[in-house]
Amino acid sequence: MPMVLKLVAQRIALGLLLLLAVSVLIFAGTQILPGDVAQSILGQSATPTALANLRRDLGLDDPAYIRYFRWLWGVMHGDLGTALSNGQDIATQIGERLGNTLFLAFWAAVVAVPLAITLGLVSVRYRNRWPDRLISTVSLASISLPEFFIGYVLIYYFSARHQWFPSLATVYDGMPLLERLRAIALPVAVLTLVVLAHMMRMTRAAIMNVMQSAYIETAELKGLSAFKVIIRHAFPNAISPIVNVVMINLAYLVVGVVVVEVIFVYPGMGQYLVDHVAKRDVPVVQATGLIFAAVYIALNLIADVVAILSNPRLRHPK
Amino acid sequence: MTRELKYLGDRVARGMMDRRAFMGRAAALGVSAGMANTILAGAVQAAGAMKGGILRAGLQGGESTNSLDPATWASSVPIEFGRTWAEPLVDVSPKGEIEFRIAESVEASPDAKVWTFKIRKGVEFHNGKAVTPEDVVATLRRHSDKNSKSGALGIVKGITDMKADGDYVVLTLDQANADLPYLMADYHLMIQPGGGIDKPDAGIGTGPYKVAENQPGVRHVGTRFENYWDAGNRGHADRVEVVVINDATARLSALQSGQVDMINRVEPKVVKLVKRIPGVSVRNVSGRGHYVFVMHVNTAPFDNNHLRLALKLAINRKEMVDKILQGYGSVGNDFPINAAYPLFPDDIPQREYDPEKAAFHYKKSGHSGSILLRTSDVAFPGAVDAAQLFQQSAKAAGITLDIKREPGDGYWSEVWNKKPFAASYWSGRPVQDQMYSTAYLSTADWNDTRFFRPDFDKIIIEARGELDPVKRKALYREAAIMVRNEGGLIAPMFNDFIDATNDKVGGWVNDPNGEQMNSMALAKCWRKA
Repeated sequence: MPMVLKLVAQRIALGLLLLLAVSVLIFAGTQILPGDVAQSILGQSATPTALANLRRDLGLDDPAYIRYFRWLWGVMHGDLGTALSNGQDIATQIGERLGNTLFLAFWAAVVAVPLAITLGLVSVRYRNRWPDRLISTVSLASISLPEFFIGYVLIYYFSARHQWFPSLATVYDGMPLLERLRAIALPVAVLTLVVLAHMMRMTRAAIMNVMQSAYIETAELKGLSAFKVIIRHAFPNAISPIVNVVMINLAYLVVGVVVVEVIFVYPGMGQYLVDHVAKRDVPVVQATGLIFAAVYIALNLIADVVAILSNPRLRHPK
Repeated sequence: MTRELKYLGDRVARGMMDRRAFMGRAAALGVSAGMANTILAGAVQAAGAMKGGILRAGLQGGESTNSLDPATWASSVPIEFGRTWAEPLVDVSPKGEIEFRIAESVEASPDAKVWTFKIRKGVEFHNGKAVTPEDVVATLRRHSDKNSKSGALGIVKGITDMKADGDYVVLTLDQANADLPYLMADYHLMIQPGGGIDKPDAGIGTGPYKVAENQPGVRHVGTRFENYWDAGNRGHADRVEVVVINDATARLSALQSGQVDMINRVEPKVVKLVKRIPGVSVRNVSGRGHYVFVMHVNTAPFDNNHLRLALKLAINRKEMVDKILQGYGSVGNDFPINAAYPLFPDDIPQREYDPEKAAFHYKKSGHSGSILLRTSDVAFPGAVDAAQLFQQSAKAAGITLDIKREPGDGYWSEVWNKKPFAASYWSGRPVQDQMYSTAYLSTADWNDTRFFRPDFDKIIIEARGELDPVKRKALYREAAIMVRNEGGLIAPMFNDFIDATNDKVGGWVNDPNGEQMNSMALAKCWRKA
């Protein structure tokens, strides 16, 4: 077991290093963008005096590396700073948005992950027969359509035509849970359709792979039922690729859903990031980028650890 | 007291009491004649108004970077929400007249340099304090501070002295300006307690609604302010909500499914379809905004007036209105003013598409080779298509335009007002002077055509101080002809504001000053039962 702890510690250290590198990259990226914060905040109708005043107040006259280290120092002390554009505390603002994003991602995952894995298992059980074909066709069709299209179709049918669900998923403080769930029903449906196929196909492929092994044949010859063979004998050996693909999709649900947020007017992190990129609000972009990177790294870390734990061979590398 | 006055006002509106009797009763209640008149006007105008309910607007133009500080407002959502909780000294009515709000009346000195606003009594801020002339002065001072980041800095910087004098606020200008009251209607100049100096984004104003929830980029909620001074006229619904919906399709489906009652910026290409939705009305009004191409008249090859004329003649305005605006707009005439402005010079001949004349001027300019036109989707909706239409129509005149599509990000800081020939948009101003002063005077902050003409400046400054409308109109005509024939502006079209509402919205009045009834739809409309 200490072996595993050491491995996890190594991974975390690597992750942190990666985060640091990502922060430099994001900062460099925001510097390359044309235009400056002051102009973007004040818009087309900015007077030169107002621009100069704003630039001075925001500390934009300092060189880039000084601004970077000043910010890094703050982050290490838990201070994400204040947004340049509206002077609000970034940590509080992001906290709210991140909460919304995780809320949506959580419910999408609650629906999508068990569904995908179950469908994957069912596909294997009835491989190359009609349930398998049906599941494959439907899920591949849904992943082939762009998410905004699925979103609009669902809005048209469930909201404009029949008004069963709201087309606006705007959630706000103090909204009762049930109302919240109703509001996010359509975006959760879209996200589920988008991530379902990937996880389902991976589950199917991973288990099929294992199903070729000799011990599966033994299990079958012992007279075990088909589902029991799949769940008790094949699935445990296919866990690591499945967990990997599940984690990638979970990360996508957190960081990649800006299009869905825009269509359903959901106040999540994606929209928040886009707004602040447009305003050249570097501290916010940095903080958001860092959080996204952290989510990716953390989820991949979990995938790695689960893979190692589930596979004794990886626990004792040569 | 207010309730009794309102009751009396309603009786007058229903013809159960005459105006004289009303004024007498009002005086007995200790109300000034000016106040009584306003209350009466409100009661008559809003005779069909219904109280109560919730009014929701789904608007484009809100970002999570928005603030409640009026000095920072630049997009639709903070402005429309701002109009529900705060008020300036005056508004501009849909007919282009001054409508008094915090100010009750205004008087100018004969030279139009000293303006005296009488501040209305009995107007209360949401924090319970009464509005004083000192609050007004402090507000104007905050916006005119040299270090201020206010969007109204350019408007108020010509005020050299401002002071409170009893019930009055006296403003002294460095130059005569007959339009000063119009400038005071700017949406940045919301009167705040103590000028908002201590806490600019406190959200305390005098408007019909109090700020109840403020989530920038998501949603804003206002609840009715019970002590609002003009309750007969505005603030009919119990509660107003602004939901930020930046996606055009989402906005429309929210209106269609009844989650919002009104939306802004319906895309011209879908208007025909929207009209077919039961229970939805399209509200379009021609405004003062115009889609333009700007040339720097001091930069080669645009420093040659023959070339400028050639380009102006080589654009097909009618085609642009039909194809870019789908007919929801009107043709421009290469000066930034249209019939929506007071004192519009209506006898200037319309410039038409004339490839032969264009070719003639092009030859005379001696220019050869292609001309680079920069455009972007953010310049105005359809700007890339418009540039391509321009390219085609110019080709017929033997003029080659190269089109460069610039990224929307940074367009306003890197391309517009920097590069010599680019697509752009002007939202228009309430009066001609402000439009010309903003972009065509030699001293203008955004002289995006680099039009430096002392003779033109003289005309505009003379017109600014001229109180006689006939003489003023003649001066503006002269200015318009100068810009049209010698300036760097190609103005093919003025766009309509296209809003849509459902049939539960009452009291909608088209207002050429801006979209959403000049952003006052939530403050002025009511919800039908």
